[in-house]
Amino acid sequence: MKFGVITFPGSNCDYDCHQAVEEGLGLKPVRIWHRETDLQGCDCIILPGGFSYGDYLRTGAIARFSPVMQKVKEHAERGGLVIGICNGFQILLESGLLPGAMMVNRGLQFVCQTVNLSVERNDLAFTNKLEKKQVIRIPIAHKEGNYYLDQRSLKELEDNHQVVFRYCDQNGRISDAENPNGSQNNIAGIVNQKGNVLGMMPHPERAMEALLGSDQGRLIFDSIKAHLQKVG
Amino acid sequence: MSKSQEPQVDLKLAESFGLNTEEYQSILKIMGRTPSYTELGIFSVLWSEHCSYKNSKAMLKLFPTRAAQVLQGPGENAGIVDIGDGLGVAMKVESHNHPSAIEPYQGAATGIGGILRDIFTMGARPIALMDPLYFGSLDDAHVRHLFGGVVSGIADYGNCVGVPTVGGSVFFDESYTTNPLVNVLALGIVENKKIMKGIAKGIGNIILAVGATTGRDGIHGATFASEELSEQSAAKRPSVQIGDPFTKKLLLEATLELIDSGLAVGIQDMGAAGLTSSSIEMASRARTGIEMDVSKIPLRETGMTPYEIMLSESQERMVVVAPPENADKIKALFDKWELHCAVIGRVTGDGKVRIKWQDEVFADIPVKALVDDAPVYHRESKEPEYLAELHKFDQGKVEQPKDLNKTLLQLLAAPTIASKRWVYKQYDHQVRTNTAVLPGSDAAVLRVRGTKKAIALTTDCNGRYVYLEPFTGAAIAVAEAARNLACSGARPLGLTDCLNFGNPYKPEVFYQFKRSVEGIIAACNSLQIPVISGNVSFYNESLTHSVYPTPLIGMVGLIENLADITTQWFKQEGDVVYLAGNLSSKPDIGGSEYLKTVHKLVTGKCPELDLEKEKALHSFLLSAISSKLLRSAHDCSEGGVAVALAECCISDLSTSQEKIKVNLSAGPNPSPERRGELGLDADISGLAGRSDLKLFAENQSRAIVSCQAADVEKLEAEAKRLGVEVMKLGKVGSNRFVIKGMVDLPVSELRKAWEEAIPDKMR
Repeated sequence: MKFGVITFPGSNCDYDCHQAVEEGLGLKPVRIWHRETDLQGCDCIILPGGFSYGDYLRTGAIARFSPVMQKVKEHAERGGLVIGICNGFQILLESGLLPGAMMVNRGLQFVCQTVNLSVERNDLAFTNKLEKKQVIRIPIAHKEGNYYLDQRSLKELEDNHQVVFRYCDQNGRISDAENPNGSQNNIAGIVNQKGNVLGMMPHPERAMEALLGSDQGRLIFDSIKAHLQKVG
Repeated sequence: MSKSQEPQVDLKLAESFGLNTEEYQSILKIMGRTPSYTELGIFSVLWSEHCSYKNSKAMLKLFPTRAAQVLQGPGENAGIVDIGDGLGVAMKVESHNHPSAIEPYQGAATGIGGILRDIFTMGARPIALMDPLYFGSLDDAHVRHLFGGVVSGIADYGNCVGVPTVGGSVFFDESYTTNPLVNVLALGIVENKKIMKGIAKGIGNIILAVGATTGRDGIHGATFASEELSEQSAAKRPSVQIGDPFTKKLLLEATLELIDSGLAVGIQDMGAAGLTSSSIEMASRARTGIEMDVSKIPLRETGMTPYEIMLSESQERMVVVAPPENADKIKALFDKWELHCAVIGRVTGDGKVRIKWQDEVFADIPVKALVDDAPVYHRESKEPEYLAELHKFDQGKVEQPKDLNKTLLQLLAAPTIASKRWVYKQYDHQVRTNTAVLPGSDAAVLRVRGTKKAIALTTDCNGRYVYLEPFTGAAIAVAEAARNLACSGARPLGLTDCLNFGNPYKPEVFYQFKRSVEGIIAACNSLQIPVISGNVSFYNESLTHSVYPTPLIGMVGLIENLADITTQWFKQEGDVVYLAGNLSSKPDIGGSEYLKTVHKLVTGKCPELDLEKEKALHSFLLSAISSKLLRSAHDCSEGGVAVALAECCISDLSTSQEKIKVNLSAGPNPSPERRGELGLDADISGLAGRSDLKLFAENQSRAIVSCQAADVEKLEAEAKRLGVEVMKLGKVGSNRFVIKGMVDLPVSELRKAWEEAIPDKMR
């Protein structure tokens, strides 16, 4: 079982994802530089958060041209697991691996805080250790996390049950007051139709130990490990 | 490019570069001839206040800088203290006051860029930033513009570069209206055997310029920082550099990789005075010389002269010294990170700095003359007349408020005291996953990976105290910083200071500076804390007055065991609440936030400080924490005992407004943080003075602590053993905040006043 963490110029959370896999799952992750074109047989590829290419032009807009991204696409087409966190999610949107776009938060400011997420699906490789409608506490830290999709595509996304996490209160109630960035339908994370590519704005790798405030991000990493063990 | 095209040098030109007659004469003497235009430029920036510390050096020498844990004291890019396990902590604070006053966003952003370079050039991985800020009143639209711009500049730069901003402090007073103070502290972790220094050693070694290209931005930035702001200052906006956090992030990673590779022998950042100060300081430290051909430097615009190249303060650049055989490997390393790297010169043995454009020499100056012969002034000092006048203040004449509930709410909503969440929510305070105590407690706490230890970090200074009594006010800044660390469970290891003052040529300002330095020294000696690095920022003046003297203290401490990390907020209903520390000092509201906010007065003396009692309190806190007796500990500062008690009830973010409002009985998945509000049931009638003094006087060397009811006897015995006075105030309650006979309010009302004050003003 192999996890690979890609580093783009400007990635900041590659180290944290690395630690999450190494300390949290007890696995040695593979570091992949963005110019490489060999995923070294990794089963799960993590696109970490940060500011790839300084967010210049548009978040994720330049990183999608990195040589490694073609291989990530091929990996996803073959059914391989891909998880994009924060800037990684933005890169997945720009690459067309997931639908939609990110706008600046409606408050126009960067927001760093711990939020409650309602788990909308627990039948995925990424969420099999979670309960449906469970509320987990995970930090967010972004300025462009205001998820947008045109109305027809949004309906399709909802009809296909592609929404995995929504911002909610600690009782699981989803309301505008709990929406930290203005995302449509309080969307915090989505998957592709096949269910093997996940994009999420919250940072599960920051919620791996009670010492730092929450260990509920571990459930997502544990889910992936359990899934990979099962499919062998 | 030819030297004959350079402008003529004379006294008038020297003056326009910020040099005085006396200094120009000594340059003529050193050179034995009229200097060239480029040479004059080099002298002027290196002899500027910003680079030479000419008016402060004599005082700074007096700081205690030695202690067993100090691995690097002042004089390098940053100071380093040992934390055991083969690791050290590098730390430094700097100011970016003037740039932020005229261009708040870029001014604040490049301040972060500069301080980060100081840390990673030492081989340390930056793991935390802190931003102590001082602004005028938020009721002033221009101040809101400055404040908003500075905060977003810090946020955008710090967030992008991937170093968490874990805290800071914000102080508001009209004194800072046109000249805000924007200080920034950075801290890094270094493996002691990999500490790198900024030295140009090894004759024949090559000098490389790496990072971004060199442009015309920031020329004479150091000179600009060494004069007063005036009505014409806005025209100097081009002296403010433009930051590029993305390139900085690449430079950070590339530099750490370079140090790890062992290919370089010396590294120095290009900060103030750019290539001039970095290359010359490196040669000075190694007692060598340097020869550089500046035509080899990668430029971002054509036609730049040697003068412009030497004085450019373009950001995101470094100087590297390495053996010539490593050149190709170093180039390949920077190429991987898509950064420039060019060999621009070599280390020589003749003790001279020689600047060439291809074959033509534009400057040839002895290094010793530039650094060691820089002027050192002992300025005149005179006690300001306002002091005697303000010290006559009689607090008995202050009218006591009738409704103390209202007064407490008013203080909680005073921006200096109110929640700073509006600020730190914009900062990524968790990246790199080390932050165990987030912003909002007495100190930020970061765990040290691979060990059972954590470090605590705080910044403190109440400029109002220092204005009223420079010696005691400055000593209080040190004492409070150490107290904040002790409340968090940390033993102080070292401090860094950013001495923000007015124009040192005013004898009254120099008096404030001198007495402040003496105050810091007294506190350092008593509490046994070394000064490991620092910065001086003079010329903080508005059109009418100098800003409050503000010797900001940043302090780092060590928590030996992660289990000892302690936060300021109450933990459980029924726990017993104590006031510990110096309980016999007389209540004095001089210089207090209460006097300022409620009575609109800045007068009196600052609170008295008994350093022996301060020291005893810290011993008690640390010993009680390691014996697992304390559930919480919080320093009493602005707003006195009443505000400290209120903060113990409302500052825990896991019970902040947005969570409290939900129905506690509903929902299938109780989150571990969920619990009801915590209030207070206390009686402080045992304190001296009338009610408003009891509540709001800012007596020093005090902390609010709470313990489980079962531990009361042990706690009291421990206090007695260490000679610390404690007074039982009452118990942690549920949803009301009661101080018997004085205050009775719902906790939700306190929280609302405290949390909404700054967002309301910034809306």
